[in-house]
Amino acid sequence: MDLTNEDVADVLALLDSLPYDELDLQTARFRLILRRTPGGWTQSAESLSAPAVLSAPGAPGGASGPPGAAPGADAGAGLVAVRAPLPGTFYRAPRPGAAPFVEVGSQVGADTVVGIVETMKLMNSVTAGVAGTVAEICLGNAEFAAHGATLLRIRAD
Amino acid sequence: MFIIRRILIANRGEIAVRVIRTCQRLGIEAVLATSEADADSVPARLADRTIMIGPADAYLSVEAVVGAAVAAGADALHPGYGFLAENPRLARACEAAGIIFVGPGAEVLEAAGDKLAARAHAVAAGLPVLPGGPVPGGPADAGALARRIGYPVLVKAAGGGGGRGLRVVRDPAALGEAVAVASAEARAAFGDPRVYLERYVSPARHVEVQLLGDGQNVIHLGDRDCSVQRRHQKLVEEAPAPLLGETLRVSMRVAAVALGLQLKYQGLGTVEFLVDTRRAAFWFLELNARIQVEHPVTEAVTGLDLVEEQLAIAEGRGLRLSQASVGFAGHAIECRINAEDPAAGFRPSPGTVTRAVFPAGPGIRVDTHIQAGSAVPPQYDSLLAKLVVSGADRPQALARLRGALARCQVAGVTTTLPLLSRVIDDEEMAEGGVDTGWLERGLGPGLERGAAGG
Repeated sequence: MDLTNEDVADVLALLDSLPYDELDLQTARFRLILRRTPGGWTQSAESLSAPAVLSAPGAPGGASGPPGAAPGADAGAGLVAVRAPLPGTFYRAPRPGAAPFVEVGSQVGADTVVGIVETMKLMNSVTAGVAGTVAEICLGNAEFAAHGATLLRIRAD
Repeated sequence: MFIIRRILIANRGEIAVRVIRTCQRLGIEAVLATSEADADSVPARLADRTIMIGPADAYLSVEAVVGAAVAAGADALHPGYGFLAENPRLARACEAAGIIFVGPGAEVLEAAGDKLAARAHAVAAGLPVLPGGPVPGGPADAGALARRIGYPVLVKAAGGGGGRGLRVVRDPAALGEAVAVASAEARAAFGDPRVYLERYVSPARHVEVQLLGDGQNVIHLGDRDCSVQRRHQKLVEEAPAPLLGETLRVSMRVAAVALGLQLKYQGLGTVEFLVDTRRAAFWFLELNARIQVEHPVTEAVTGLDLVEEQLAIAEGRGLRLSQASVGFAGHAIECRINAEDPAAGFRPSPGTVTRAVFPAGPGIRVDTHIQAGSAVPPQYDSLLAKLVVSGADRPQALARLRGALARCQVAGVTTTLPLLSRVIDDEEMAEGGVDTGWLERGLGPGLERGAAGG
């Protein structure tokens, strides 16, 4: 339990009549800072309690996916890396079971969609960015891609 | 009738905090299901207990959340919004486990969640709908139907909601890919890849009516305007909908209640409409069988706690309110503060929050799950906080909101705050009644210039 909006409103009603410009209240469970600014009051609240954890019902342990390939590890002259524009899940096909957008050897133009990176439930199409031939696919389907991770490499025309 | 003593909240983020608050005020023990990514989140700290349900996507597992409810000894499960909130399988699994599902029954969830079935119910209840229909054969089917409807068409997720899986298609050549991508997005967000087409009406406004029912009686709790959108995601919402006209407002409320009665609706729900105010016409869009992100503006003008009403219905108490007892006072506006970069096409901006300062004062409410040090993981929705400001009338609410936005400081992740200030400062916004295309049409290029300048 922490302070609600109503609690904060009550404290403010009290503070408003007093000459103080700042209240910094800290307990074992929370910290609340109220500041008077020219435009009005601001609040900054922090819950400090640690979560009270019940044992998990057979939850799988922290087996998170392998991180995306480290950026900047480009080998070979003439290869251009296509990188994840943002962190997320890399998909090679438009939907499960469908043919991948590209395979090694596919000819691509700069605007060819080569994959999708799903971040926060939004599908972000990734384009080749350069015309050429797909030389290498660096990340598996549905693997997590770090921001800037190399998804595939293209031998530019 | 039953009394809920312990509840499992099968959600995360600000709605988890929101539900925990009401439960604790009512003396209901709040147990929060958390993923590994959310083990140390603000709602995890606020909950009376937390229970780890698995990796980041565990909120989408019926088995994980019902298993957690059973393990925690919960009487009831609150699904929040998104994730499994409208999943009939969850409602059935709860029933099988002897746990009260806080929401409508599985049959109503099926009718509402399948947008095509919902359309059919709307027609049966006498509500106007847009020309459209399903594309069972996928992209190949879509061409012929789209030609019959006429371009531009909207590709929508049959199992969707909340704007996910939506695509506007103006060029017949782009229809195939749009159907495929919308389908993939729908599968990722809802586990259901079916899509359908509807005529795209523009300009139009998005106005919705809040319903509350107990299976026998259904009342409305007024309307909300959610026309300020980007990528079909709501950014600013207000209650009541401005400049609607009393005849249109009443017609929509009557229509919404008619659909609720048709479905013998039990719980909290929202009927969404597309509105052409110049022609005084409206069409049924969808029925959302859950609490919505924007519910606080309705709470602000009615003085009700909608989570408390949800819990009362779930306990089988029946409607405690009559239509005549629901009063409306003042005007409320909500701004969604998202971890997104508006200058880069609203690209999500996950990271760690280093500073979180919000306004406080009369008429100001902040619903948030972030504080300094909070992680904003890339696997989830980008909503950081909702700033809800109310006033005696719309001009007062807008004036308060301008000052309140100026006092928000969120650092560590890029947010929509600068964009929100521009929206609220805009003259057309001040006049009221902007359409759903207004934000992207008017602020897009200017926004990039603004961002480059500072």
